[in-house]
Amino acid sequence: MTSEYRFTHKHVLGLADFSVEDIQAVLQTAESFKEISSRSIKKVPTLRGKTIINFFFEPSTRTRLSFEVAAKRMSADTFNISNSGSSTVKGETLIDTARNLAAMNPDCIILRHPRSGSARLLADHIEASVINAGDGTHEHPSQGLLDLMTVREAKGEIAGLKIAIIGDIAHSRVAHSNIIGFSKMGAAVTVSGPATLIPPGIEDLGARVSRSVMEAVDGADVIMALRIQKERQQDPLFPSLREYAKFFGVSQKVADAASPEAIIMHPGPINRGVELDPKLADGSRSVILEQVTNGVAVRMALLYLIMGGD
Amino acid sequence: MPGLILLKNGRVIDPVNGIDQIQDVLIADGKISAVAQPGTLPEQAGCLVYDLAGKWVVPGLIDMHVHLREPGQEYKETIATGTRAAAAGGFTAVAAMPNTKPINDNQTVTLFILAKAAEAGSARVYPVGAISSGSKGEQLAEFGELRQAGAVAVTDDGLPVGNSQLMRRALEYAGNHDLLVISHAEEMTLSHGGAMNHGALATRLGLRGIPHVAEEIMVYRDLALAEFTGRPIHIAHVSTRESLSLIRRAKEKGVAVTAETAPHYFTLTEMAVDGYNTLAKMNPPLRTEADVAAVREALRDGTLDAIATDHAPHGELDKDMEFDLAANGIIGLETAVPLTLQLVRENQLDARRMVELLSVNPARILGVPGGTLSVGAPADIAVIDPEKKFVFTEESIQSKSKNSPFLGWEMQGKAVLTILAGRITWGQDTFSS
Repeated sequence: MTSEYRFTHKHVLGLADFSVEDIQAVLQTAESFKEISSRSIKKVPTLRGKTIINFFFEPSTRTRLSFEVAAKRMSADTFNISNSGSSTVKGETLIDTARNLAAMNPDCIILRHPRSGSARLLADHIEASVINAGDGTHEHPSQGLLDLMTVREAKGEIAGLKIAIIGDIAHSRVAHSNIIGFSKMGAAVTVSGPATLIPPGIEDLGARVSRSVMEAVDGADVIMALRIQKERQQDPLFPSLREYAKFFGVSQKVADAASPEAIIMHPGPINRGVELDPKLADGSRSVILEQVTNGVAVRMALLYLIMGGD
Repeated sequence: MPGLILLKNGRVIDPVNGIDQIQDVLIADGKISAVAQPGTLPEQAGCLVYDLAGKWVVPGLIDMHVHLREPGQEYKETIATGTRAAAAGGFTAVAAMPNTKPINDNQTVTLFILAKAAEAGSARVYPVGAISSGSKGEQLAEFGELRQAGAVAVTDDGLPVGNSQLMRRALEYAGNHDLLVISHAEEMTLSHGGAMNHGALATRLGLRGIPHVAEEIMVYRDLALAEFTGRPIHIAHVSTRESLSLIRRAKEKGVAVTAETAPHYFTLTEMAVDGYNTLAKMNPPLRTEADVAAVREALRDGTLDAIATDHAPHGELDKDMEFDLAANGIIGLETAVPLTLQLVRENQLDARRMVELLSVNPARILGVPGGTLSVGAPADIAVIDPEKKFVFTEESIQSKSKNSPFLGWEMQGKAVLTILAGRITWGQDTFSS
């Protein structure tokens, strides 16, 4: 990072908008914040007086809690709105609801929404900063960043690593942000899964596509299994969860094809025994809980970088 | 009763009569009275005289694919505002798609549309009826009564006919009533949930793609049914290269097929959608460079017969939202002339071909008057200034809706005077006589 570098983003909408320096800045800041969470008094005054609204249109346990914990450890005031409790169920549009929220002068709105592009739409219509906590099948940048942080912790350097991402690439905003983030940082990303779940032009985001899971993980330093969304079963994407587990699940055999030091990741929540063998999820190579821990640090860093400067 | 109008010194482009030269045109009693060498027609007392040096005088443009939204969605457009937008774009006639609320699947709605059009009067309106009752794709609509009431064609535009047997029967039965069947070619099981063209950009934006085969499969089906039934078919808003290959091949075989595209399909690619620009969201979606090139080629070689705008007005509240929830479609009546003229300037089309695509052929395909400046024909005329430059702004739009991806574009070429049956419907103030 050059000395004149400054993080200038007002919003965090996607890693596609981030430069390598931006990503490094977030990771460095997150690494320095991580220690706060291991103190007995887990609170710093950095964002005292800032108002943050968690605006979640989809069910979420860990992402929402992670943002809330991050904000509270920075002493910001946080408020949660979920879909069922919001006026959108009364017919109000996203933009109208957002304008009303904006009229209460929050500093940051964290949005989780089922429609791709919704975070940008919000950012275009309100004054506050917007952090995309997952928009449709587009991006989930804070997840991508926490995954980068976790890999960097485990492996030291991201450049040159081989990353295998296995599963539903087409509907996974986590996969999208990770492909963009890891390839920007110099890793080689290979994706694999049922051909019905590999979207067209994914190579343009920086991934190589492999038809075989075994080939995709061959010599990999990182294996990331993605969640199969059972609710997508009405679209004929693959025959059954049973067949999926057999041919596309990350099993011990799959893991054995990777580098002996390979780490196992999953953005959660896991369908145990479908996309990931439970023994691997709980095994010594799993960094799944580190991902969760780092999620708080990364989100503290993002909140600090977009709001802490003034 | 409209009086005498003399259009002097314009470049008269009238493909039907093989004319492309500077001529004077005299209009009397709502009809073309004479077309003659400049200066040879007498300026009678009370005659409105326009000196049109440098302008084109062409048969009134006919847009065979517009959505006027009335009845039912008058906040988007009314027959009055829609035909006014038509006049402003050089159009003297439009074919009104049936997806109003209620659907135009019966004579009552057709008669209502015609009554409103007679009242509003800025362009001729040719109602297009529904193929199926309620456009539900189940029962045939009452073609006979639709025809009697004034419908010129049938289509389930916007809610395409998924059932092949129904499409077959529609083609067969339309023959009894001399109705053209228009196909909105879309295989819904492939396009379902899609918001833009299938491909890398859709992946990057996280939007569900509509593959080009969704169009092509139905184009093929409807060509096959047209051949099988021996009945003519018109394919609406063709957007893909392979659809055009299929149509070209069918024409070579002698299938009675005609086809239209819209200006956006020869002007924009899917890149216009980037940044979740809902003003570029439409169905069929904007495609790729290769498709744009193929559409241009097909306009030249006759595979495509017509340019129609698919004028689809939507209010801000239908567009200013999450991309995949936003309405499909853009307004087009007021940008068709400059966008088509761009092809003429790029030597992709000549002026005569432009007039065929925008006037002569739509009249022929729909079986309606117009498309010619023959003496005795209704005086439906567009005067186009091919040089006039302007910036397309919301303020200039006559349509009630402003949903256009061309807002802010610098354009060249504009209808400056539009005459409907000898009555000036646009541009009265543009010239002093």
